[in-house]
Amino acid sequence: MQKIGVFVCHCGTNIAATVDVKAVAEALGREPSVVVSQDYTYMCSESGQNLIKDSIRDYGLTGVVICSCSPRMHEATFRRAAAQAGLNPYMVEIANIREQCSWIHKDKAEATEKAIILGRAAIAKVQHNTPLIAGESSVTKRALVIGGGIAGIQTALDIAEAGFPVDIVEQKPTIGGKMAQLDKTFPTLDCSACILTPKMVDCAQNENIKIYSYSEVESVSGFVGNFTVKIRRKARYVDEVKCTGCGLCTEKCPVKKVPNEFNLGMDNRRAIYIPFAQAVPKIAVIDPDWCNMLKNGKCGVCSKVCTAGAIDYKQKDTVIEEHYGAIVAATGFEISDVSRYDEYAYSQSKDVITSLEFERLTNAAGPTGGTLLRPSDGKHPHTIVFIQCVGSRCTPDKGKPYCSGICCMYTAKHAMLTREKYPDTEVYVFYIDVRTPGKNFDEFYRRAVEEFGVHYIKGAVGKVSPRADGTLDVQASDLIMNEQLHISADLVVLAAAIEPSKTARSLATMLTASMDTNDFFTEAHPKLRPVESPTAGIFLSGVCQGPKDIPSTVSQASACAAKVVGLLIKNKLTGNPCVAHSDELMCNGCSNCANVCPYGAITYSDKEFRMPDRTTKTRRVAWVNPAVCQGCGACTVACPSGAMDLSGFSNSQIMAEVDAICK
Amino acid sequence: MNDLKDRVLRMSGSAVIKCMRCGKCSATCPSYDEMEYHPHEFVYIVERGDVEKLTGSESLYKCLTCFACVERCPRGVEPAKVVEAVRLIAEREQGKNRLKPDDIPALLDADLPGQALVTALRKYTK
Amino acid sequence: MQVNEQTGFVPTIVAFCCNWCSYAGADLSGTNRLSYPANIKIIRVPCSCRVNPIFFLRAFQRGADGVILCGCHPGDCHYTTGNYYTRRRMTLLFSMLDFLGIERNRTRVEWVSAAEGQKFAETMRSFAEEIAALGPNRRLADLRCREDAEEGRDEHAV
Repeated sequence: MQKIGVFVCHCGTNIAATVDVKAVAEALGREPSVVVSQDYTYMCSESGQNLIKDSIRDYGLTGVVICSCSPRMHEATFRRAAAQAGLNPYMVEIANIREQCSWIHKDKAEATEKAIILGRAAIAKVQHNTPLIAGESSVTKRALVIGGGIAGIQTALDIAEAGFPVDIVEQKPTIGGKMAQLDKTFPTLDCSACILTPKMVDCAQNENIKIYSYSEVESVSGFVGNFTVKIRRKARYVDEVKCTGCGLCTEKCPVKKVPNEFNLGMDNRRAIYIPFAQAVPKIAVIDPDWCNMLKNGKCGVCSKVCTAGAIDYKQKDTVIEEHYGAIVAATGFEISDVSRYDEYAYSQSKDVITSLEFERLTNAAGPTGGTLLRPSDGKHPHTIVFIQCVGSRCTPDKGKPYCSGICCMYTAKHAMLTREKYPDTEVYVFYIDVRTPGKNFDEFYRRAVEEFGVHYIKGAVGKVSPRADGTLDVQASDLIMNEQLHISADLVVLAAAIEPSKTARSLATMLTASMDTNDFFTEAHPKLRPVESPTAGIFLSGVCQGPKDIPSTVSQASACAAKVVGLLIKNKLTGNPCVAHSDELMCNGCSNCANVCPYGAITYSDKEFRMPDRTTKTRRVAWVNPAVCQGCGACTVACPSGAMDLSGFSNSQIMAEVDAICK
Repeated sequence: MNDLKDRVLRMSGSAVIKCMRCGKCSATCPSYDEMEYHPHEFVYIVERGDVEKLTGSESLYKCLTCFACVERCPRGVEPAKVVEAVRLIAEREQGKNRLKPDDIPALLDADLPGQALVTALRKYTK
Repeated sequence: MQVNEQTGFVPTIVAFCCNWCSYAGADLSGTNRLSYPANIKIIRVPCSCRVNPIFFLRAFQRGADGVILCGCHPGDCHYTTGNYYTRRRMTLLFSMLDFLGIERNRTRVEWVSAAEGQKFAETMRSFAEEIAALGPNRRLADLRCREDAEEGRDEHAV
């Protein structure tokens, strides 16, 4: 017979306002096996926890039911408290009377009744609880960072600094990501390359960091502390060891008209190329879609000019397998497609560009050598219109429902720099709201207006029409003046919404990490665990979790590294004891459970059993490896003989809950 | 919520509450200069519940129902439908059509845009 | 509470929610104060694939009027494949219920992610409405388990 204590939390007024907590405590006190039932303002506070601990000792409780917030919130807290009082932590059950009761119901009588039933279900479950002891598993002391942008670089550097080996997998031939394409960074106007490239070099030189560039994650298996990852290393057709990065091949290659993705197609590169001068690793790569030698076997110029003999047209993709203790997703973002907004004429005019293209046009390493020239005719633009929120803050059918977060600031930067370098240029910014919630951000925006004379107009651009004379007619509304404007512009810059990398969704599936409806990774808790995924051992760094600027990305990347180091430094991980186990007397050895187990946790062995007639018989029975089992329970339902059960969520526990609710 | 606002919302099927006040609807409205209340103001005024203000305004009849605002609204508010709903309310309040379809030919002039004819038909055949 | 307005019938509804997506989605609808009927009670399970079809039958036997199971969207299962098993098992259960002549609408499987608090509340509201309209479950309920057993038996006798 269990001795159960019930503790009902008021959560200030969060629960007590809609649930009569006294009545709940009283009603649950009358349930069988309940020896004490109390209520308290904040059960999770120290004095609340002490109340639980004292009751466990005073009444010799064997089970505890806490009617409070979601178990996802404080289950761990209360289990720890129980353990401190000498009770097995898995004898604690939570009845969720906040998120699933007081917060959603308004009628007090109704909510109180529901809270009592939820409490009863929890009591019924505890009656069937058994003490559980968590197993331990080892930790592979190596981390994987997926994505080599500033987020991935910072996370990798911080993990490496702490003394753990870390691998970066980057899809592109070089690390650096979007930040490598930027010219200046707000609000300090440091040169982006000057602050990023030293970090890229650090990555290459740090002996704890290994960079797998031009590679993709192909599959992930395992669990926290023990992941096995297959990485596809795409064929570069250049030997990474031999190539010295001299760049001679990229000058001699006869295929000259390949759109250069680093400059967003605004100039051309060769079929063999190094993405940009400061690329890390600085190794050439052949684009198989353009290379004549790979397409039809005619050419071979690069191979002839390469003094290192690094060109290898026969190279194939290779797949390597590595083991990791922790995985960081740092897959970053893309610029969303703005050609769907016909009214901005992005696909009609070369002089309508995205902000990232503007960034390349003002970058010294860009297609114009840093002089701001119109893409169409190479002339100086004298009137520039910036349009904010293109594709952001829309209803889902029209674009992205979120604010991209960075556009207000980079547009202020673009406007300011343009006015500084070309004072004869008129700059207009059409905004809906100017959002500048960062350190020195609003001051920066005000400087753009007050010192640099950028015209900020509250209103939206409705249509951009290319005219025969090469200018663009920008038709817009000015909401403050309540008038319709026509501006004759030379260049229109669209602050396009950012969106998560296209690869993020498939990666999330591999990692079994959850995503929101916009394909941003979901964090374990939006406030309290912002850099961890709900899946243990998976961490989030940078924009893959939500739009953010460089300062926030770097802070998050370092926070993420701290969490990874905190995991890797452990020698043993305490596992989840809520795992499956098989009753070998009932097992008929059919293999159904092993077939449905996603982790391969179930093995079979022959065992001798004494039969009722005193003979012995050898039977094949299942055994669940508790270190590998993750406790999903698929096997418990597949088992035809009812031998398989799941600790913590056993058949009898769930049935007891069902009975209590249906009573 | 007042009755008139309710009627406008029901008839237009438009969610004016979704408006984020960007003004894109007014940016390319071809009748902008003719209007006392512009498309974004229509939406805002309906949201505030001052529909009476609009039913008396000539702006109702300046809307060409070209649907540029509906097409471009990033929030799916559909201002033209709001204007149309208010217009219908104004017309029904007067108990009769302001114009009979048979009278239209006599009123045609050479400068009248073809689109106006189509939209006039669309209005009066409702 | 969802009540059938004509008969005054208040259904009992059991919802099984997987810990990683739907239970979190239910919490989110709470955090966002999106209400759904109080006669729905949630049971937390690690994964939708933990839910044995027997649990559905048990609930009906003990007097539940509707049972709903929520899990992660296909492809998003925390345990990779759990919800695929769920989908197959429940399809079989539902066809069995069809065969037995139990209204299929008394059971439902829905995919609700941790970010879909709104969808969770809407799903629960519509399910409760449906069950309230269907009326009490008499076919599968073990009449001995109900306090109103006498009343129930009388009705059957008629």
